[in-house]
Amino acid sequence: MAMKPRLRLLGDDLIDRILGEARDVLARLGTQVQNPRVLALLAGHGARVDLGAGHAWFPAELIDRCLASAPRSVALFDVMGRQTHDLAGDAVHFTPGSAALHVLDHESQRIRKPDTADYVRYAQLVGGLEHIAAQSTAFIPADVAERVSDSYRLFLSLLYGEKPVVTGTFTIESFAAMRDMQLAVRGSAEALRERPLAIFSCCPTSPLKWSEITSQNVVDCAESGIPVEFISMPLSGFMAPVTLVGSLVQHAAETLSGVVISQCARPGAPMLWGGSPASFDVRYETTPMGAVETQMIDCAANEIGKRLGLPTQAYIALSDAKLLDAQAGLETSMGATLAALSGINSVSGPGMLDFESCQSLEKLVLDNEICGLSLRLARGIEPREDFPAVPLFEELLRDGHLLIAGHTRRHLKAEHYFPGRVIDRANLSRWREDGSLTLGQRAHAEVERLVRAWRPSRLAAGAKKELTARMEAEARRCGMERLPARPVEA
Amino acid sequence: MSILNEISQRLEEGDDAAVPRLVGEALAGGLAAKAVLDDGLIAGMNVVGGRFRDREIFLPDVLLAARAMYAGLDVLKPLLERAGVASRGRVVIGSVHGDLHDIGKNLVGIMLKGAGFEVIDLGHDVPAARFVAVARERDARVIGMSALLTTTMPVMKEVVDLLARENLRGRVRTIVGGAPVSAEYAAEIGADAYGYDCAQAVERVKELAGA
Repeated sequence: MAMKPRLRLLGDDLIDRILGEARDVLARLGTQVQNPRVLALLAGHGARVDLGAGHAWFPAELIDRCLASAPRSVALFDVMGRQTHDLAGDAVHFTPGSAALHVLDHESQRIRKPDTADYVRYAQLVGGLEHIAAQSTAFIPADVAERVSDSYRLFLSLLYGEKPVVTGTFTIESFAAMRDMQLAVRGSAEALRERPLAIFSCCPTSPLKWSEITSQNVVDCAESGIPVEFISMPLSGFMAPVTLVGSLVQHAAETLSGVVISQCARPGAPMLWGGSPASFDVRYETTPMGAVETQMIDCAANEIGKRLGLPTQAYIALSDAKLLDAQAGLETSMGATLAALSGINSVSGPGMLDFESCQSLEKLVLDNEICGLSLRLARGIEPREDFPAVPLFEELLRDGHLLIAGHTRRHLKAEHYFPGRVIDRANLSRWREDGSLTLGQRAHAEVERLVRAWRPSRLAAGAKKELTARMEAEARRCGMERLPARPVEA
Repeated sequence: MSILNEISQRLEEGDDAAVPRLVGEALAGGLAAKAVLDDGLIAGMNVVGGRFRDREIFLPDVLLAARAMYAGLDVLKPLLERAGVASRGRVVIGSVHGDLHDIGKNLVGIMLKGAGFEVIDLGHDVPAARFVAVARERDARVIGMSALLTTTMPVMKEVVDLLARENLRGRVRTIVGGAPVSAEYAAEIGADAYGYDCAQAVERVKELAGA
């Protein structure tokens, strides 16, 4: 009798047509692959390649074979080895938007470059956010050399937090360091393969191009059993057709090409049908992530992934606003709601402002509540001891209320989501007595409370030491003798 | 853990079976009824009230604790009466004339009882004269009035004015509450206090009663 609410934007016929066109694009036009090793790998599996031009064409048979070997679910495990994610079916998990260049400073309300202290605060905070299932390497500390800025984020996340991490590398070379840090946590390559700790984002470049770095990352992750999410980013009307269906064809082609690279590297390698497709605002030359069309392409791309039976990911539930204002709330809420109703398995976005380029801890706290509300909505309405109804109504009429009825006590917290202190539900008088606080002030107070409540990760001291040693070695490799001081002991 | 602490803790958990049993054990062990009341039951309700105010627990938790408190109080009552121990004071409550809404008023009543007050609940649709008459007859320290409708709020002022005419202001204090009521309105009509929710109402009544 229960019906989970679901959003559907595409019919199966249209999805099949989109996938058919995407296959046709890959067979007839192919994709650039600027990596001779990956081209050789693809050639060995039946792709037609032009090594000189750096180009590959994928016959239907190769795509079918790779889709067949792609896993239907991906599990993730936290630092302590406990499973936190079953990325499959309609399960929805939220993770902060990743790799911002800036943070919104609460005190000054200015967007600025972050440093190590900011990142540690973020890692402390995200552990306390109930509806944010994973950490991401949310922004890039500017007080380390650029060449270690990818591995350094992962290092701090693994050192201070316990949740699994959504991350990615910026170079081919840093992959080894980032894999080895995970090995320091897990203890062995086999243990890491059995219990993946991180998802790596791997981004094709629109239109239809894999750079040397990202294509190599896909192969390296596949060989190590590290899950990847393909982040195809067609921009409607600019680097992709202006129509939403046309953009979806391009997204499908680019993502299918990722599937092929991954599965050729190692059949069964864990991967997610992901993406960050976007509308392109031809007035401002920007890629609005809060645009309804962006969200529609995200949700529709997820439907295509599900049609293929693959776990999915999308960049949605974020905003283009520059402050924690009403626009930030409305764009994030709309995206999170649509994502939850679409059953996107891994939703990247919370905390993010300014076109995926600015993280805000205060927004992340608010977004945690938005995620909680969205997840509640997606659970839908189901009968719970509601029939027959007469006995409960007899009790109501007899007692005058049901506040402490057994029925209420059994179902209150499962039926009703009670948001934290960021969401104001006090009456006017109480709100005034509490200081007439704005959303931003309440969110900041909650950030402070959660950072204070942080306790060091339970990762063994030996593993933390090993992790630190590997980061220090990576820093030295990149010409950095000392890492910045960390504000608190891990 | 002392038995009084245990009473307090079980009460906080809303365990209405354990609380009266423990109260009986405490009395059998030689503790005075007044000590069990103050340092067991009321101490527990104070903790519950504070946690509710800080949003750590929800209204049903408070009501369950209050139910456990009543269960303990049933055991104590004969002894308290025999020993001549007074309650923290008598409070007359009701929804004002014309208003049939009494959920908020009922919650305040439950919480006041939980805080150790004797509550005389006049129900809903209570005329001004009845509030005052009962307060005088029963020697109540506080009148608590509730209204959900703006149209019935003027009855609150009638009560305050009537108390003044009968020279009862000061002896009988007034507190008002309900969705359309505010601290400003309370001040405007000369009421002694305003409570924006049931937890705050109890705090204000404690102040008014000097309890």
